[in-house]
Amino acid sequence: MSPGHFVALAVILFVIGAVGVLVRRNAMVVFMCVELMLNAVNLAFVAFARMHGSLDGQVIAFFVMVVAAAEVVVGLAILMSIFRARQSASVDDPNLLKY
Amino acid sequence: MIDGGVLAAASGAASAAESTAFWVLAVVAVVAALGMILTPRAVHCAVLLAVVMLSLAVLYALQGAPFLAFVQVIVYTGAVLMLFLFVLMIVGVSAADSLVETIRGQRLAAGVVGIGMLVLLSLVVGHAALGPEAAGSTAYGASNVGGLATLIFTRYVFPFEVTSALLITAALGAMVLAHRERTSAKPTQRSMSKLRIASGHPTPLPGPGTYARHNAVDMPALLPDGSAAGNSVSPVIAARRTGLGPAASQETTAGASQDATAGAGQQQEEARP
Repeated sequence: MSPGHFVALAVILFVIGAVGVLVRRNAMVVFMCVELMLNAVNLAFVAFARMHGSLDGQVIAFFVMVVAAAEVVVGLAILMSIFRARQSASVDDPNLLKY
Repeated sequence: MIDGGVLAAASGAASAAESTAFWVLAVVAVVAALGMILTPRAVHCAVLLAVVMLSLAVLYALQGAPFLAFVQVIVYTGAVLMLFLFVLMIVGVSAADSLVETIRGQRLAAGVVGIGMLVLLSLVVGHAALGPEAAGSTAYGASNVGGLATLIFTRYVFPFEVTSALLITAALGAMVLAHRERTSAKPTQRSMSKLRIASGHPTPLPGPGTYARHNAVDMPALLPDGSAAGNSVSPVIAARRTGLGPAASQETTAGASQDATAGAGQQQEEARP
């Protein structure tokens, strides 16, 4: 398998995640789609690392995982506090700044 | 480089196996990802995301990144997805996504944007010169972890240290954001007993299935006159049977949290028939 196959798979997964972020209304699902996008980018990083024969891409993928874990922790905490205030996890409901 | 030599010797069979594994896992990952954005329930979404992440872990292992494969399983599938599931249980496991389009034409626009992005990224990747894999220079197999450790603790040591600050900040932020100050006094046994007497229904509600044909949890108890006692079934199960709208799901989550605190069948707020 050439790295191109893996990069193509990463592109497909990234686009699916992006469409999910745009389409879904539940904030939890939006978060999961963001995670899918991050995973797709990680796959591309690993494929490029293999293509270039160096480990730097794998190190970057490792850092992406760390940052994604931190992002999920804070994001879910924000989501929980919003849920406590509004009794809803929909991204349509927090519109206090709209009017 | 002993591993590299072994790999090169067995490269014919290995590449065939790798090709098979790639095509199977790629199909599984893409189908699961598509299911993720199509299924209305958030829990199904989380399970499908776990499928995608596990197949990606195997794909990392195929590409000579065993450390990342294990980190993917432990951190993503183990920690992050469990966190997602915990928060899903708090936010309301039965909360289905509202399928109403609030902005008209948003789904169509999102589909067009997705196709455009796919075309754009495919063009970029197609134009880039993606060579074959570099021969033997990547630290495969046993030397992968050592090579990664050498890189992380030498060239990337400063980002690695910054990562620790990020993790501490994230942990503190999560604690601050998820913490809730108690605004009312903690209910004691005495106050809860008073509340129960004042509610007019001091005894526990009938359990599901009492005097009915089955004692399954979704079978309402029968009252002395033979009619079904609707409040003997947990509201979560009742909502699951009837199918959910967004309004019903909120009511259900409120009922679920009451279940957790007061115990099933002891909810004083339930309207009695």
